Amino acid sequence: MPSSIRISVKRQDTPTSSPYWEEYEIPYQPRQNVISALMEMAKDPKTRAGKATSPVVYDRACLEEVCGSCAMRINGLSRMACTALIDSLEQPIRLEPMAKFPVQRDLSVDRGVMFESLKRIKGWIPIDGTYDLGPGPRMPEAERQQAYEYSKCITCGNCLDVCPQVNGRSNFIGAAPIAQARLFNSHPTGSMNAAERLEALMSEGGIDDCGNAQNCVRACPKSIPLTTAIAEMYAATTRYGIKKLFGT
Amino acid sequence: MASERIIVVGGGLAGLMTAVRAAELGVAVDLFSIVPVKRSHSVCAQGGINGAVNTKGEGDSTALHFDDTVYGGDFLADQPPVKAMCEAAPGIINLLDRMGVMFNRTPEGLLDFRRFGGTKFHRTAFAGATTGQQLLYALDEQCRRYEVAGLVRKYEAWEFLGLVRDADGNCRGIAALDWYSMKIETFAGSAVMLATGGPGIVFGRSTNSVINTGTAASAAYQDGARYANGEFIQVHPTSIPGTDKLRLMSESARGEGGRVWVPRTQGDVRDPKAIPEGERWYFLEEKYPAYGNLVPRDIATREIFQVCLQGYGLGGRREVYLDLTHIPRKELDTKLAGILEIYEKFVGDDPREVPMKVFPGMHYSMGGLWVQFAKNESTGALDETSPKNQSTNVPGLFASGEVDFSIHGANRLGANSLVSCLYAGKIGGPAMVRYGRETSTKLPAAEGAFAEAKKRWDAEFARLANAAGPENPHVLAEEMGDWMTDNVTVVRENGKLKETETKLQQLEERWKNVGLTDRSGFANREISFINQLRNMLVIARVMTRGALMRDESRGAHFKVKDLAKGVTEENALPRDDANFLKTTIAEHSSEGPRISYLPVDTTLIKPRARKY
Repeated sequence: MPSSIRISVKRQDTPTSSPYWEEYEIPYQPRQNVISALMEMAKDPKTRAGKATSPVVYDRACLEEVCGSCAMRINGLSRMACTALIDSLEQPIRLEPMAKFPVQRDLSVDRGVMFESLKRIKGWIPIDGTYDLGPGPRMPEAERQQAYEYSKCITCGNCLDVCPQVNGRSNFIGAAPIAQARLFNSHPTGSMNAAERLEALMSEGGIDDCGNAQNCVRACPKSIPLTTAIAEMYAATTRYGIKKLFGT
Repeated sequence: MASERIIVVGGGLAGLMTAVRAAELGVAVDLFSIVPVKRSHSVCAQGGINGAVNTKGEGDSTALHFDDTVYGGDFLADQPPVKAMCEAAPGIINLLDRMGVMFNRTPEGLLDFRRFGGTKFHRTAFAGATTGQQLLYALDEQCRRYEVAGLVRKYEAWEFLGLVRDADGNCRGIAALDWYSMKIETFAGSAVMLATGGPGIVFGRSTNSVINTGTAASAAYQDGARYANGEFIQVHPTSIPGTDKLRLMSESARGEGGRVWVPRTQGDVRDPKAIPEGERWYFLEEKYPAYGNLVPRDIATREIFQVCLQGYGLGGRREVYLDLTHIPRKELDTKLAGILEIYEKFVGDDPREVPMKVFPGMHYSMGGLWVQFAKNESTGALDETSPKNQSTNVPGLFASGEVDFSIHGANRLGANSLVSCLYAGKIGGPAMVRYGRETSTKLPAAEGAFAEAKKRWDAEFARLANAAGPENPHVLAEEMGDWMTDNVTVVRENGKLKETETKLQQLEERWKNVGLTDRSGFANREISFINQLRNMLVIARVMTRGALMRDESRGAHFKVKDLAKGVTEENALPRDDANFLKTTIAEHSSEGPRISYLPVDTTLIKPRARKY
């Protein structure tokens, strides 16, 4: 059993300043995760060399991998920090902010683009109103189970962070919103507006920009079948495009 | 652009429902949240949402849901809003279904329902074991629709600091802090909704998200809002112990047949699968044959506590088994995958193969900001159109969800929190709109109040930014959490409560000497935390004082005569309706909370002894 936990963090003070590395060391405790180690560091923030420093800034909320906040790069891999168990990580553990989103401070990044993408694909069921209109549409349980897989998306951004097509030179929307379009298009009411979502996926930076690297599906912490969604949506947009072309 | 504008603070279920309901009436909403609303704590709710629809033909009804809720809450809840919520619940579930929530279905394609604690009926609609997440997303999506339509404006990564009250005391807006630029601004609205959730972090480790500090409720309380029933804290029977938090293991695990047990022999350290049936002690099933593992949470929690105090905990530790291994794997995956994955990821064992090890953990606050309801005096029912619903004692300030004290009384039933949040937002949004319309021409000018609030908070944060004392805020928070968990959760005793009050006052004094380790002027979370910590200490005193003064046991508030004699009925003060069938009201003063009591509206169901 190691006597301590060593962690290196790539820090950045403001969105425009240059990053730098700091290394820390805290006493070992069993069953720690990266978040609990960061919490421990905040109680007495100093570097491994003993220099006083500030607590590392990072995003977190639920600590049980359902809020989607704490995504970061841990030993080079994009993943959630709360489920990154210290005992399974090689030390010194290297923590870096995700690279495909603007850094705010330290490990905290601005993922606003993901919520904007949900607007772009019209990620909602356009209900008539909240007044009482009785039960919703019936749905076969088997279809529900498939759709449920997509409704578990926590908008963490890992699938974008690992995607080679998401980069400074492209506007690729990424896997998460494509899978959300799949979710809403398969809902009995949502399917009534399927065309609008397909149009969004066929616009610039849409599904055509997918390079089929398949990194997204491997990085998804919720095991969402992202590549299946992309394939299905690709077929749907193709069918829709042909139909539109011939006006049938 | 609409000329009417309300403010909603908090983007969980209650806040989003409020926002959607107001926007639907054409009113603009400024929505504030410290996290992107999709990351609010409602995502952590797992098991489901209650609504009596009798899909299983068991004879369930909204009247029975009402009775179970009032009885489960040990008669401390005002009854008209509870009745109205239970009647609205099936419609609320239908609404969320129409919004696209992927609820589990029956073979006929109808919504499926499971069992939960404190009832004998299949009354809980569920989407796997991530129901809160699914419900929140549906409302997040509807809210985004209104955002695109220009009616909802989001202020995410903004923290509520305090109320802006005019010369007559009306709430006219809020002061808030931008979590990145650290700038403070004031915002005006015709009404303000606080839907800011619970105070779990006051207890250090709990099942709550780290954002659930109760800071907003405490700030509103210090600005004049009443806080009610603060002493009623729910400790969930089954959580996974951890160094950073206690991860919830949903009641749905027991709803789907999970069994709680310990070896009959103390210190039996055999592999659980090697312990034969006859040598296992299913203590809940033995003691409560009618409800078994689904007794209400306060009772299950005390039984688990007592079993461990008696030395039957696993390996002598404070842990018991929660066993699902007798249930077919396929069924577990369809109905409970979300929670089983959490256990697997954090503990490393597969709960389909190995019994889980769990222990009670702080979970929910029944108490919160005091809110009113409008009653039709001739029928005794709730008048859902009134601007009085969900309003606090501060005119123009409303509260909804876990942050409000209504509905759950002395103990909340599982799967009633999601429905109570949604119901409060459903009636709260229209109530705010109506309040705004009725008062718009009658209120005094408030420019001075906004300028004053901005000055106050700028000065306060400038002072905090220069804090250079020897005390570390994280260490103070840890001490507060340990004291509150040890003395103000499952078992309360007056001597310990008095010591806790003294300790909290000492911590308040030490807080004055905190020092910042972060001197940055950008995204400085430590300054924000120091402000939150003071608010947590204030609300911790409200909880402790309420518990000290309530000399009875009721629901989750269990007061013993002698700590050494364990968590037993004989050692507890009995329920005392003559003196304490009352709502505790705390009002802030510089000397600490001033406590008074209000009668409880028990006009619909006569209080009776609570025996499961």
